[in-house]
Amino acid sequence: MLNIDSIENGIVIDHITAGRAMRIYELLELDKLDTCVAIIKNAKSEKYGRKDIIKIEGVMNIDLDVLGFMDDNATVCTIVNGKLQSKKKSPLPQKLVNVVSCKNPRCITSVEHVDQIFTLCDEQSHRYRCIYCEQEYKK
Amino acid sequence: MRHLIDPMDFTREETDRLLSLAEEILARPEEFAHLCDGKILATLFYEPSTRTRLSFESAMMRLGGKVLGFSSGDSSSAKKGESVADTIRMISGYADIAAMRHPKEGGPYVAARYAQIPVINAGDGGHQHPTQTLTDLFTIRRRRGRISGVTIGLCGDLKFGRTVHSLIKSLVRYEDIRFVFISPEELRVPSYILKEVVIPSGHPWQEVRTMEEVLPQLDILYMTRVQRERFFNEEDYVRLKDSYILTQEKLNLGKPDLAVLHPLPRVNEIASEVDEDPRALYFEQARGGVFVRMALILTLLGLAPGVLDQE
Repeated sequence: MLNIDSIENGIVIDHITAGRAMRIYELLELDKLDTCVAIIKNAKSEKYGRKDIIKIEGVMNIDLDVLGFMDDNATVCTIVNGKLQSKKKSPLPQKLVNVVSCKNPRCITSVEHVDQIFTLCDEQSHRYRCIYCEQEYKK
Repeated sequence: MRHLIDPMDFTREETDRLLSLAEEILARPEEFAHLCDGKILATLFYEPSTRTRLSFESAMMRLGGKVLGFSSGDSSSAKKGESVADTIRMISGYADIAAMRHPKEGGPYVAARYAQIPVINAGDGGHQHPTQTLTDLFTIRRRRGRISGVTIGLCGDLKFGRTVHSLIKSLVRYEDIRFVFISPEELRVPSYILKEVVIPSGHPWQEVRTMEEVLPQLDILYMTRVQRERFFNEEDYVRLKDSYILTQEKLNLGKPDLAVLHPLPRVNEIASEVDEDPRALYFEQARGGVFVRMALILTLLGLAPGVLDQE
């Protein structure tokens, strides 16, 4: 069993669907942090069998908006002085910027280098549309 | 600064006031003939379009303004690889307002994000064509005195027809609209338009396969082109195309005050014999487009106070 220290102050992103931690790490731009970050892949999970976990030490103000889009299962735990202060799921972000790309070959983003922006058009069904061509994003 | 990229960029009230202004211009064009003296419209057409470009140019000239631009992507710096964003930044220094047609969906939207002048979407691929929608609404309103209370049949290619989708989105904002969608199975209104626009509006709607069965009920018949390339095979096209051609014989089933609209260009979906029928409004519709674009140019240049809620 691999042991990773508990964190004193920071954020633990738990219950990440196994295999998605690296992509989430990239999208949250955790590589730009100079604090301690641990990525745990394929940890045992009673609920899901396997899960990924990301532990971020010493940082509280990370923009986690994209998490709700990337993984429905993930929970965000805030740790203060070694104690769990809050545990919640990330809501779906209203807007996705450079998270996914439009697949419509007729979209201006296929020829022009602009931010790939999608907005939430239906919260219940988790549907997003490209702001340029309005094509729905399909995973 | 406001732009017009999507017909929904204007509220219903703003749209109504703009159409009223277009009616004023049509009634008394001389009063508006010099309002744009010294102003320049850039027509940035990355793909050719005779009607829309000339209509914009005519509109600006009738307001006393001048026009510059290009009429195809080949004759612009786009061929050298210049981005839309860079082009519009440059044009912002040369003109006071721009009308852009782009083969890619969202091209004018990108332009609006970088422009320092108002941008009008003059058609972006198969996506939006808001000045056509305004023209359609203008034609309906002029014919009937109001837009509410209309039973409209939309006929032909309802799947890919951008003018149809924009018109549906605009019409649901009015009261007592009844939609009749007349198309082959292959070219039905997309389900997302039904689910996200038509059904939530509460307006009654029906889908049919032939125009004969519904023509007597209609106040407006909005024709579109059924294009050969939309079909998977030639057999289906040949089998279906005649069902969506309006002939005098079919038109005789319609009410005396029916209005037949078409965004043009027409190929064969309206028989030329129909042109002489007083119910054929498509050429008048195209003419009305100039007045709508005049009203729009004035509005976006801030020369028509009171049309938009936030100048």
